[in-house]
Amino acid sequence: MKISRHHTQGLAKGVIWVAAFSTLAVMFWILYQVLREGLPLLNLGFFLQAPRQMGRAGGIFSTIIGTLALTVVAIIIATPLGVGTAIFLREYTRESRVSRIIRFGTDCLAGVPSIIFGLFGFVFFVIFLRMGWSILSGGLTLASMILPTIISTAEEAIKSVPYTYREVSFALGGTRWQTIRKVVLPNAIPGILTGVLLGVGRSVGETAAVILTAGSSFITPDSLFSPIRTMAVHFYILAREGISMEMAYATGAALILLILAINTVANWMMYRYVHKA
Amino acid sequence: MSIRLEGSSLMEKQTKIAIQNFHFYYGTFMALKDLNLSIQSNQIFALLGPARSGKTTLLKSMNRLTDLIFGTSHTGQIFIDSQEIYGPGVSLPELRRRAGMVFDLPTALPLSIFENVAYGPRFKGLREKSRLEEIVEKSLQAAVLWDEVKDRLQNSALRLSGGQQQRLCIARVLALEPEVILLDEPCSGLDPISTASIEESLTRLKEIYTIVLVPHNIQQASRVADRVGFLLEGKMVEEGPAFEIFTRPKNKKTEDYISGKFG
Amino acid sequence: MSKEKILEKSFLLIALSSISILALIAFFIFQQGIPLMWKVGLNSFLLGDRWFPSKESFGIFPMIVGSFWVTLGSLIVGVPLGMACAVFLSELTHPTIAMILRPMIQLLAAIPSVIYGFWGLIVLVPLIRDSLGGPGLSILAGSLVLGIMILPTIISISEDSLRALPRTYKEGAFSLGATHWQTIWRVLLPAARSGIVASIILGMGRAIGETMAMIMILGNATQLPNSILSSARTLTTNIGIEMGYASGDHRQALFATGVVLFFIIMGLNSLALILSRKGRA
Repeated sequence: MKISRHHTQGLAKGVIWVAAFSTLAVMFWILYQVLREGLPLLNLGFFLQAPRQMGRAGGIFSTIIGTLALTVVAIIIATPLGVGTAIFLREYTRESRVSRIIRFGTDCLAGVPSIIFGLFGFVFFVIFLRMGWSILSGGLTLASMILPTIISTAEEAIKSVPYTYREVSFALGGTRWQTIRKVVLPNAIPGILTGVLLGVGRSVGETAAVILTAGSSFITPDSLFSPIRTMAVHFYILAREGISMEMAYATGAALILLILAINTVANWMMYRYVHKA
Repeated sequence: MSIRLEGSSLMEKQTKIAIQNFHFYYGTFMALKDLNLSIQSNQIFALLGPARSGKTTLLKSMNRLTDLIFGTSHTGQIFIDSQEIYGPGVSLPELRRRAGMVFDLPTALPLSIFENVAYGPRFKGLREKSRLEEIVEKSLQAAVLWDEVKDRLQNSALRLSGGQQQRLCIARVLALEPEVILLDEPCSGLDPISTASIEESLTRLKEIYTIVLVPHNIQQASRVADRVGFLLEGKMVEEGPAFEIFTRPKNKKTEDYISGKFG
Repeated sequence: MSKEKILEKSFLLIALSSISILALIAFFIFQQGIPLMWKVGLNSFLLGDRWFPSKESFGIFPMIVGSFWVTLGSLIVGVPLGMACAVFLSELTHPTIAMILRPMIQLLAAIPSVIYGFWGLIVLVPLIRDSLGGPGLSILAGSLVLGIMILPTIISISEDSLRALPRTYKEGAFSLGATHWQTIWRVLLPAARSGIVASIILGMGRAIGETMAMIMILGNATQLPNSILSSARTLTTNIGIEMGYASGDHRQALFATGVVLFFIIMGLNSLALILSRKGRA
C-alpha cells in the first residue's frame, strides 16, 4: 500500500504536535503542581519567621537570609572577575594562544557538574583555607560556578558595542582604558547585568555544592563565617527527610516564584537591551 | 599663493605634513605604494580617486588610526611639522589630538551633546567645568551648530539630524584644538543645505587649521580644495593646485577620472 | 611601566582566573582521590561491584552502570521529545506563539533540579510503584525526570540551529516540489545536524552531572541494578548521599568517584567542543 507524501506529512505533523504539546504540558504541569499546593501556604509570616521544630513549623526567614548572603558574595566576586576576563578577551587581545587557553578553561569550567564544585569547595575552602562551612565558602564556590556564565554574557555585551564608538574614541585621543571605561562598558552594562541576573538565578537554585560548603544550619547567621541553609537546601531536606510535605510545598513555591521573578527581569532586560541595539 | 620651489627653506616652514616613500600593507596586500606628498599649512588638500584606491587608508595613516587594525605594517615616513609620527616615543593619544578626524557616517556617541564635544578635552585631563563649557561653546560656534543647540546641550546627541550630527563631529574635533583636521567624506548622506554649510565652515577653518579632505565627489573638491591629489590603486598619480588638476591635468588617467570616464 | 601597560597586565591576570580555578579543581580532586584509587587498585575500584565503605570495599561499578542507564534513559526520553518540540517551535507554529513559548522554556531550564526531583518523588515514584511494581524509586523514574530536565537544553539549542539555517534551504526545497514535512525531514534537520548533536551532548553532560534530583528518586541501592525498576546509585548520587558523614578512606573514595566523573565530563566536553568547531567551519 503506497502512502502518499501528504499522508506521511499529515501523520508526521500530527505526531509532532501531540509530542510537543504533551511535553510542554508536562513541563508546565510540574510547576503548576508545586505552586498549587504551595502558594496558599505562603504568607508574610512564612517569610519572616525562622524555621521551628526542624522545619516542621514556622517559616523560612533564615533560609532567605542565607540565600541572599550566598548570592551576594558570589556576585561580588564573580562579576569583576567575569567582566575583567571579557574585557581582556575583547579589548586587549586577538585570537591567540592565550585567548584560546582562556576560552578553553572557561568552557570546561561551565561543564563541571555541581557536585564536583561541592567537593572542590569542601576540600579547598572549607578545609584547606580553613573557612569552615560558611557563607564565605559557599559564596566563593558559587562564584566559581557562575563565572563562565558571566564571562560569556559580558563578552557578548561588549562585542555588541559598535566598533565605530571605539574608533571615534581613539580618534579623539583616548587611550585604550579610557575608551573601555567611557564608551565600551557603559554601553555593555545592560547585557552584563543580564548575565549577572542569570548568575543570581543559578546561585538561588544550586543545592549540591551549597550543602557541601555552606552547611545546613537553619540558625540565622551572624557573620560571613556562619554556616547557613539556603531555600533550595531547606526544600531538599524537608522533602527527602519527609519532615513536612506542607512546608516543602510552601518552600518550593517560594523558590519557584523567586526564580520566576529573576528570570522575568532578565528576559525583560534582554528584550529591552536587544531592542535598543 | 606662493610659487613652489624645490628645496626652498621658505617652503619647508609652510609644509605641515610630509609623506616620504610611504608604503602601507594590510597583511601582504600593499594598499599604498611609494607615496611622496607635501601638504602645506592652512590649506585644504583634497584626495580624489575611485573607491578602494586607498584614500581612507592614507587619511587614517596620518593619525595612526590604522594601528587599531591588526596585521598592518608600513615602510617610509610621515612627518607632521618635521616630527616623524611613526617614530619612537610618539604618544598616540597626543597625535590624534594634533590630527583630529571626522568620519564619513555621523558618529555621535550615545551621550549628551555637551558630553560629545567635551569628550576629547576630558581625555586631556581637563576637569574644570567653566573651561569645558568655554571650549564646548567655542567649538560649536566654529562648527556653526551653537545657535541650534545652545538650549539643549544636555539632550542626547543621537536625536540630532544627520547634518547636525556631522557638524557635532566637527565641533568634537575642534574641541581638541588640533593642528590638522582629517575629514573622510564628511558630507555623505547629507542634504545639500547641510553640505553647503559644512563646506563653508571648512573654507573658514582652513585659516586656522590644515585640512585634508576626502571629498564626496569631484564637484565638492572643485568647490573647496586648494590642492588636489589623485590616488589610483594606492599610487599618487598626480598632485597639484586644484585649478590645474581640474583644467589641465598632466596625466591621462587623471583626466579620465575627472571627466567621469570611470570611478 | 606606563599606566596602560599595568592595566593590560592586570586584565590578563584576571582573565586567567577561570583556567586557574579549573586547575585548582582538578588538582584538589585528584589529590584526594587518586591515592585511594591507587591503594584499592584501579581495576577493583572501577570494576568491583561491592560498595561497603565500612568494610573498606570500594567498587563503583554499580554506580557506573547506574549512571549509564539513567543517562541513556534520559536521552531516549529527551531527544525525540526535544526534537519534536524544536521542530514544532521553529516550523509548525505561528511565530508569535513561538516567541511566547521560548522564554517560558528558558524559565523551565532555570528551575532548580530539586523541584523536579520533588515532583518525581511525589508523583512519578508512587505511580511506577503502583502500576509496575518494585520500590518505585527506580532507574525508570530517574530516566523520566532526567529526560524532562534536559528537554529545555535540547529544545532551545536545536531550535536555534534550525532557525539559523538560511531561508534559501527551505525555499529551494519547496521550489523543487517538496512538502513541508519532507523539507523538514530531509533538508532542514540534516542541515542543522551539528547544532542538534551539540545540544544532545550538552544535555548528556547535564544528565550525567545531575545529583539532587537523582538522590531523591533513584533510591539508595548500592547493588548492581538489574532492571529499570531497580533502585540504583549514580556516580553523582554516590558522592552526594555519603559525603555528609564520610571520613578517612571512605571520604577519599568519594573523591575518587569524583575523579572518574571529572574524566567522563571532560571527555564529553572536549567531544562537544571539537564537534561544534567542526560544524562551524
